Amino acid sequence: MPDLIRLEYRNVTMRFRQDGGQTMTAVQDVNIAVRDGEVVSLIGPSGCGKSTLLNIGSGLAAPSEGQAFVDGERVEGPNAHVAFMLQKDLLLPWRTIAENVMFGVEIQGVPTAERKHRAQTLLETLKLADFAKHYPHQLSGGMRQRVALARTLAVDPTVLLLDEPFSAVDAQTRITLQQELAQTLKHAGKTALLITHDLLEAVTLSDRVLVMSRRPGKIIDEIAIDIPGRDDPLTRRHDAKIGGYVNHLMDKLGIGSDQRVPA
Amino acid sequence: MSNGNTSMVRRGTAVSLLLLVVFLAGWEWGPGLLRIPPFIIPPLSAVANEAVRMWHVSGLLTHTGITAGEVLAGFIIGSLMGAAMGYLLGMSPTAEFALSPYILALQIAPKVAFAPLFILWMGFTVYPKILVAILIVFFPVLVNVLTAVRTIDPDLINLARAFKASRAQIFWKIEFPASLPPLFAGLRIGSTLAVVGVVVGELVGGNKGLGYLLSFGEGQANTAMVFVAIVMLTLVGGIAYLLVVAIELRVLHYLPKRVHTGF
Repeated sequence: MPDLIRLEYRNVTMRFRQDGGQTMTAVQDVNIAVRDGEVVSLIGPSGCGKSTLLNIGSGLAAPSEGQAFVDGERVEGPNAHVAFMLQKDLLLPWRTIAENVMFGVEIQGVPTAERKHRAQTLLETLKLADFAKHYPHQLSGGMRQRVALARTLAVDPTVLLLDEPFSAVDAQTRITLQQELAQTLKHAGKTALLITHDLLEAVTLSDRVLVMSRRPGKIIDEIAIDIPGRDDPLTRRHDAKIGGYVNHLMDKLGIGSDQRVPA
Repeated sequence: MSNGNTSMVRRGTAVSLLLLVVFLAGWEWGPGLLRIPPFIIPPLSAVANEAVRMWHVSGLLTHTGITAGEVLAGFIIGSLMGAAMGYLLGMSPTAEFALSPYILALQIAPKVAFAPLFILWMGFTVYPKILVAILIVFFPVLVNVLTAVRTIDPDLINLARAFKASRAQIFWKIEFPASLPPLFAGLRIGSTLAVVGVVVGELVGGNKGLGYLLSFGEGQANTAMVFVAIVMLTLVGGIAYLLVVAIELRVLHYLPKRVHTGF
């Protein structure tokens, strides 16, 4: 069912009341539909409300207007269909790597044997099996981020919300992690909304890229990435079309057209 | 690295032992050489003889045991109450806002000044001593736990919420374990302060405990007796502190070694 919509934002507007008493509109009238198995990136200037959309999608915040839907169900609070991953790995220092991976499934009450099985499988897939009994402080930043990905996948969500997951790791590790993420998403058939500042990351990892405006954030452009091999961003990087897409996105974000650097 | 560490430990231990020998020798022969009379500083051997005499005649062991018992009781009750209050206030901003001026006032008031009052209330029993210890241990533990609960990364709480964690799960799986390192820092401080509280209580009234021996020795102009009491009090405090550190090392085993300071 390629046209099944997994994640949808319908006319979503989010306003916050500020300290001074006036209201600030973070996102305005946003419509996004992500199909089953699709990876969509969301780019835009800082503070344009990208993370607000993530909070709405994961059920941590309710929109002022409009609705979010996951798997056709209206999001009314945290639910098992969605899992998110942030720039921070959010690993618990008192838990071993395996225990950290099991954090979500443990809260959800998955039986112990099943929990251990899932953690073991994921740790093997992400080449972390040797570190199952280590503690987070013994791992590098890139490995910790991989553990965070394993924890996100362990709850077996249909939709992943990824908020700049690799922006805190060094450039070389980032490329490796992007490759692993792309392959994992493809093989597991997961749907993902990826928030990023990295235009090249957006283009190489996604089926589509959405561009948001400055606050109040609106979707101002959408481009489909017509390059094969979404599970192989390393090869995609070398495609001739990449430069054109990145330039187009830079234009839309106004990078270089004025003296202000939005990101 | 571990090599450099072990040689550092070896050298450090050697210097420590040397300092101890120098100190004890200085205590034994220093006063004679400097012509300091024994009623000002009795030499080590005189203090040791006095300790043996007190052991047989004055019930040194019983007095030490009573003081140690009061310290233990005051420390345990005070830390339990401080920790419970810390978690309670940490989870309820309203309660913290309402109670913080009173807590601050109590924290500023010198706790030992309550000792005469407690003795007026409860007589020459062990209870006023324990109460002073409770009061003095309460605050460092409360403040450390409160700060710990307050400074937990909200994204960590959101992560648990996104997995549909209940309030109890958030407490037991995140807030409680995250607060343990600062809690133990508070317990270390509390373990030494408990001795101060008990001694002041014993100095003010009663005829039991090392504090009583202190004031009795003073009344008799028996300087050696005062020294014996001071040494025993240091021992009681030191053992209490080491017990806390031993438990801490076991509970916080997941922390990198360099985080553990002191012992």
